[in-house]
Amino acid sequence: MSSLYEQLGGQPAVDAAVDIFYRKVLSDDRISAFFDGVDMDRQIGKQKAFLTMAFGGPHNYSGRDMRTAHAPLVARGLNDSHFDAVAENLSSTLQELGVAQDLIDQVMAIAGSTRQDVLGR
Amino acid sequence: MPQLTYDGVTYRAAPGESVLDALLRQGVPIANSCRAGACQSCLLRANSGQVPAAAQVGLKSTLSEQGYFLACLCHPTEDLQLEEAGGLEVAASLAALERLTPTVLRARVRTHQPLHYRAGQYITLRRPDGLARSYSLASLPDDHTLELHIRRTPQGQMSGWLFDEAHENDAVTVRGPAGDCFYTAGHPDQPLLLAGTGTGLAPLAGICKDALRQGHRGPIHLFHGALRPEGLYLQDELHTLARENSNLQYIPAVMEGGEAAGLETGKLDTVIAHRHPKLSGWRGFVCGDPTVVQLLRKKFFLAGMASREIFADAFLQAPAPQTTR
Ligand SMILES: Cc1cc2nc3c(=O)[nH]c(=O)nc-3n(C[C@H](O)[C@H](O)[C@H](O)COP(=O)(O)OP(=O)(O)OC[C@H]3O[C@@H](n4cnc5c(N)ncnc54)[C@H](O)[C@@H]3O)c2cc1C
Ligand code: HEM
Repeated sequence: MSSLYEQLGGQPAVDAAVDIFYRKVLSDDRISAFFDGVDMDRQIGKQKAFLTMAFGGPHNYSGRDMRTAHAPLVARGLNDSHFDAVAENLSSTLQELGVAQDLIDQVMAIAGSTRQDVLGR
Repeated sequence: MPQLTYDGVTYRAAPGESVLDALLRQGVPIANSCRAGACQSCLLRANSGQVPAAAQVGLKSTLSEQGYFLACLCHPTEDLQLEEAGGLEVAASLAALERLTPTVLRARVRTHQPLHYRAGQYITLRRPDGLARSYSLASLPDDHTLELHIRRTPQGQMSGWLFDEAHENDAVTVRGPAGDCFYTAGHPDQPLLLAGTGTGLAPLAGICKDALRQGHRGPIHLFHGALRPEGLYLQDELHTLARENSNLQYIPAVMEGGEAAGLETGKLDTVIAHRHPKLSGWRGFVCGDPTVVQLLRKKFFLAGMASREIFADAFLQAPAPQTTR
């Protein structure tokens, strides 16, 4: 049985998803402010890291890394509603790409499992 | 605490301090400009000691293999023996200085040996006293000289010198090229969108000429924004180029005073969005003022341009006071 990451298509799938996902995030008034004013190439790289992780891919992020990466955002008011918005954009990206629902559910479960760390609780 | 040896003298880097800050603090005059890893003015070489990989980001593999690194990005973890990256510079002289407008100067620079570069890349120009700044290349490698467009920065050291004091035949040195904002062959029918304000036009004009010379067949739309009509400093040349090449469109735009001259008026991103609401499949080049670059690349992306199709060069300025030489 191949891993979730392999079933989704691996690195090429991340590349295919990143623009769609990042465009959604930047156009979403609820959360775009968190992603503005930052160098775009760098942001695309971070989004790829995010997607790779959510796809169950090979990553070295620990809960502590997630806390550190998002701590400045928590200080700026990052809360559950923002987390839900990101999750929503992730889910609709995968739907747009025609990913099967059971795979989407698995991705959403991985993303959801990071909530406490991302929100620094 | 890591020790830095430079010119036979040993210095210490305080915790969290970059090699650049440590040397400047202790009075070593290291050329520098953007302090953010973009301009490569502060290139140094370590003859012994391992520099962190983060200090070599964006350098050509040929450079990093030789131990070159960016002092502003280098937080040393071990002792380093340093030397200035002088060996990579080529001697040059100012071949011509021509004021295109009161605030834009066209400088032509003759290097004493040929420089291999792509139009749109940038070089670092260094005065004999060490002051160094990056400028983008508007010329093609076949041209006899490098063509630079220099905007007068208020109280600017390098631009002020070039405008007011420099003479033809003055000696300078040139290091480079660097940067990945240039035309690459392989998609001759892809539509190209080039946009920038002020002297952001320098690399864009270079890229445009390069694309045409390499036989690009798809549409090329070049947008140049200025505050007022007199800031559109290359109008005649670009209108002529557009007349000679049916796939090239040159669209100048101004913020004010354009009606009489029949120019597009408004913010550059609005002018572009009006003509190009959808940009999927396009390749984009944006250069110049960092705020404008940031805005345009975001708008292009949101209009559907793929992120890997957007090439950008922000003209970062050195931060305000202290040790800028
Ligand atoms: C990759 C790259 C490519 C570049 N290409 C070009 C180019 O093709 N053409 C070009 O003209 N420039 C270009 N620049 C900018 C150029 O390198 C210099 O920063 C610029 O010419 C100013 O240098 P200076 O020595 O005249 O001014 P400085 O002496 O460095 O600056 C004088 C003072 O002005 C302040 N200042 C900063 N920004 C501004 C501003 N926007 N308005 C007013 N004051 C300001 C500075 O902080 C400083 O205190 C490029 C920069 C980079 C990084
Ligand atoms: C859904 C769960 C989330 C996961 C798994 C996740 C994952 C990641 C990862 C892996 C990085 C890169 C870290 C690095 O390499 O430095 C990152 C960075 C980032 N994340 Fe998240 N993230 C999540 C939710 C959010 C939310 C809700 C927001 C804001 C609305 C957000 C905003 C950011 C920003 C702005 C960065 C870049 C920070 C920087 O520039 O250093 N993330 N995230």
